[in-house]
Amino acid sequence: MSPLDRKLFRDLWRMRGQVLAIALVMACGIATVVLSAGTLRSVLETRDAYYERYRFADVFAQAERAPQSLARRLASIHGVAGVETRIAQDVILDMPLVAEPVRGRVISLPEGRRPRLNDVALRSGRDLEPGATDEILVNETFAMAHGLAPGDTLVANLNGHQRTLRIVGTALSPEFVYALAPGALVPDNRRFGILWMGEEAAAAAFDLDGAFNDVSLSLTRGASEPAVIDAVDDLLARFGGVGAFGRRDHVSDAFLRSETDQLANLLQVIPPIILGVAAFLLNLVMSRLIETEREQVGLLKAFGFSNWAVGWHYLKFVLVIAAISTVLGCLVGAWLGRGMTDMYTAYFHFPILLYRLDPPTIAAAVLVGLAAGVVGATTAVRRAVRLAPAVAMRPPAPTGYRTGLLERIGLTRLLDQPTRMILRHIFRWPVRSALTVCGIALAAALLIGTMFFLDSVDVMLDVQFFQSQRQDVTLTFTQARTDDTRDALAHLPGVIAVEPFRSVAARVGFEHRSRRLSITGLEAAARLQRPIDAHGRTIDLPPDGLVMTDKLAELLGVSVGDWVTVETLEDRRRTATVPVRDLTDEFVGLAAYMSRPALNRLMGESSLASGAHLLIDTAEAPALYQELKDTPAIQSVTVQRSALDQFSSLLEESIILMVMVYVGLASLIAAGVVYSSARISLSERGRELASLRVLGFSKGEIAYIFLGGLSLLVAAALPIGCVMGYGLATLMVQLFDTELYRLPLAVEPSTYGFAALVVLVATTLTGLAVSRRLARLDLIAVLKTRE
Amino acid sequence: MSSAMTSVGRDQSGRQSWTFRTEGLTKVYETGATQVHALRGVDLDVPEGAFVVLLGPSGSGKSTLLNILGGLDRPTAGNAWFGDRDLATAGDTELTRYRRDHVGFIFQFYNLVPSLTARENVSLVTEIAPDPMAPHEALELVGLGGRLDHFPSQLSGGEQQRVAVARAVAKRPSVMLCDEPTGALDSVTGIAVLEALERINRELATTTMVITHNATIASMADRVISFADGRVSTMHDNDQRTPAEALTW
Repeated sequence: MSPLDRKLFRDLWRMRGQVLAIALVMACGIATVVLSAGTLRSVLETRDAYYERYRFADVFAQAERAPQSLARRLASIHGVAGVETRIAQDVILDMPLVAEPVRGRVISLPEGRRPRLNDVALRSGRDLEPGATDEILVNETFAMAHGLAPGDTLVANLNGHQRTLRIVGTALSPEFVYALAPGALVPDNRRFGILWMGEEAAAAAFDLDGAFNDVSLSLTRGASEPAVIDAVDDLLARFGGVGAFGRRDHVSDAFLRSETDQLANLLQVIPPIILGVAAFLLNLVMSRLIETEREQVGLLKAFGFSNWAVGWHYLKFVLVIAAISTVLGCLVGAWLGRGMTDMYTAYFHFPILLYRLDPPTIAAAVLVGLAAGVVGATTAVRRAVRLAPAVAMRPPAPTGYRTGLLERIGLTRLLDQPTRMILRHIFRWPVRSALTVCGIALAAALLIGTMFFLDSVDVMLDVQFFQSQRQDVTLTFTQARTDDTRDALAHLPGVIAVEPFRSVAARVGFEHRSRRLSITGLEAAARLQRPIDAHGRTIDLPPDGLVMTDKLAELLGVSVGDWVTVETLEDRRRTATVPVRDLTDEFVGLAAYMSRPALNRLMGESSLASGAHLLIDTAEAPALYQELKDTPAIQSVTVQRSALDQFSSLLEESIILMVMVYVGLASLIAAGVVYSSARISLSERGRELASLRVLGFSKGEIAYIFLGGLSLLVAAALPIGCVMGYGLATLMVQLFDTELYRLPLAVEPSTYGFAALVVLVATTLTGLAVSRRLARLDLIAVLKTRE
Repeated sequence: MSSAMTSVGRDQSGRQSWTFRTEGLTKVYETGATQVHALRGVDLDVPEGAFVVLLGPSGSGKSTLLNILGGLDRPTAGNAWFGDRDLATAGDTELTRYRRDHVGFIFQFYNLVPSLTARENVSLVTEIAPDPMAPHEALELVGLGGRLDHFPSQLSGGEQQRVAVARAVAKRPSVMLCDEPTGALDSVTGIAVLEALERINRELATTTMVITHNATIASMADRVISFADGRVSTMHDNDQRTPAEALTW
């Protein structure tokens, strides 16, 4: 090893505290890259492999009852590669572990062959026996939630008949990676199950012999999806088709895509912030190192070392730090990635989802570490390279201070000398002070910009469950029913109020833009579900026209007063133009509302309802649920309370990891910045402080001078951090704004307080730790040495 | 005892009085496996109001003595009294108090606070001293009345050292301890600094101890103590003190 390299390692060891502080911050940045990029890759690769192996379809359509002979005509549509028809029907299950009726979806599988599209991955047990009438496969997560295994049975209400079905196996399907029941906020494995059944048995159960009500299609390469969708719609129109849609509108795929988009977004926001701080710290420490070693730099050059050799020596110092960070970052990132992937398996169901630290991710980590290192060190190393040997050998001129703003405004006259020293030191190095403030502020901002998510979810839940949807139970009917049903429902046990609603699948368009969604017709004076505007006020539904979510209005490019085209996709398909009357502020999905009579008129039907919202006496809920389970006309029952609980429990599972990660990150950044600043400050001012001790200043008094400056910078950083945090939250809200859901921009005072507290604790502990060195100042050495 | 010494070191009743007295003062530094004997049993007195010059080669123990007398270091063995206060057994807080109230230090490299002006560097000390003089008064005493609001970086080396002298004297210390005060200065500015020290010793009767390698300076002292190998090798009192302005080197 060359003497220079030996010097390098001794320098690294001597400065191990600062080296570690920077390496940890940089490792955090790299860990977030490894975490996000690695998880993103894992999810995307797993998804693509899963979709390909199990032949996930490209286009999906439902109808009421279409003859099997139509399959051939669907297959002959230009651009269609494969067609699979089947029977898909929502049913009610009676599960002993859950009081309320559980939603199930029966999906038929072809007899004696694999489905051409949307195959299932068998997880346990065996495939269905051809021709068996009571055999089913259930989705694995539902089976696990209910403790079911092959050989067990469950009771389902199939078309009005209670049937006991025997589970022969558990399975997963690419269609239900994100198994979300219609209208639910998050997947609920206990209250939504998929039942795969033989085609013949399903046809018999739902009176669909020789017919299908669900079709999936795959497309040839380069086929036009919109053209195929139009052609499918044309063919299915006569058979009660409700509009074909592509993967973009497929719930499972859309949620999965939204999640991967968010990961990609996080990757663009969080790592650059952290790595920026790391680069700054590196710059701070390298500048100081080269400053204290300027005479050595001069000496090396005088001995004949080239500028390049000297620069390379200091660059290696940086590269070692980058290497430590990269290794640490990869390890921590992979560990977190595993945790994150585990968390994903609570939401997303893949046959296998493993976090892998693969070469491209490692390459990204190395690249990012190198980039941050080189960016951080460039100016400092360039200074060493440019230093002329003769200049370097002379000690630097004393730090020049001059009369500044503080003196001109007369502020200093009010202050004692130690306080003047604090202020002058801060303003003598304005860029460094500003960057220190920035670094600490970023730590607070990072916390606020991520923890606000909890405030945001609170607002979302409040609007969703307590302002907009105040019903206890939502029922949907197997088919639209007349107003008589309302009276029948009102007489069920525990029912306090009934508000029927109409829900119609429709395509709403403006100019060339359109979206497929459900239009909900509500009672004019609805009190249970009612749209809410951006100010939290209830919107009274106008006698005609639409009230739509502002997100839908934004996507369509419409505003209040514009007329949009509504093409209903159910029953007799109709097209009408209706005015947009008002906008509602909702955070989940795209929705449009009309008064029920107006929607009935638009459909050209009498006063029909698709379901009803109920207000119930919870004491009588069990009796009501039992009654509903036995009512054939009921297709689904959603209990708001359960949906809220499920949402909260899923959130809680992920929240601990999230809080831990971000508190750890922010603490490390704040501590890293304060530690580096304090050590530099100590190195620059150690002599000055020791001189003061000699002059009779106590340890407390010099600690005041030393920590006072840092405290001021931290104090300045906190409000700035709050503002930056709000900015980051705003950016996050924009990045997370998708058609599936949006986050309301809400940052509670407690979130600012929490962030400030974490930063204060981290900086105080670090400051105190460094100030312990003040006790060890060498009072004698300062008498003899020049700086 | 010379005639010169009779004028200093005696109280009003004519009794001899001492600022410092040491007995068997020993200091051993442990550096790894080796022991360095910096002081090997030093006995000496410093009379009140005396101007004492300490001479000797590097490593002879004079700085170690000054550090102990200044309350910066503690002896390994022996005693060092400031009046009736034993510095050898004093605690950290007591030594800080002692330095704050009684000692004025002057360093070879001035050790001014670069972020404070000349006046503020002096105020730094006067703010914590019990009976200080006004900072401008101290600066006038060293001939810097016209450079009160200059920062150290705007002053020459000699000026900076005179600010250091003013800073040391402003609290009206009982003793001034100067370690190579002219070591970093040319002869003209060095003599200006010595004149300031001489004036303070004369006008304020401040006991002054000066370490120097410059034997010429010894002629301006009441007492000259030479060190060699951790011991006092010679000690003599000058009959006549040469004024600083008459020194040349």
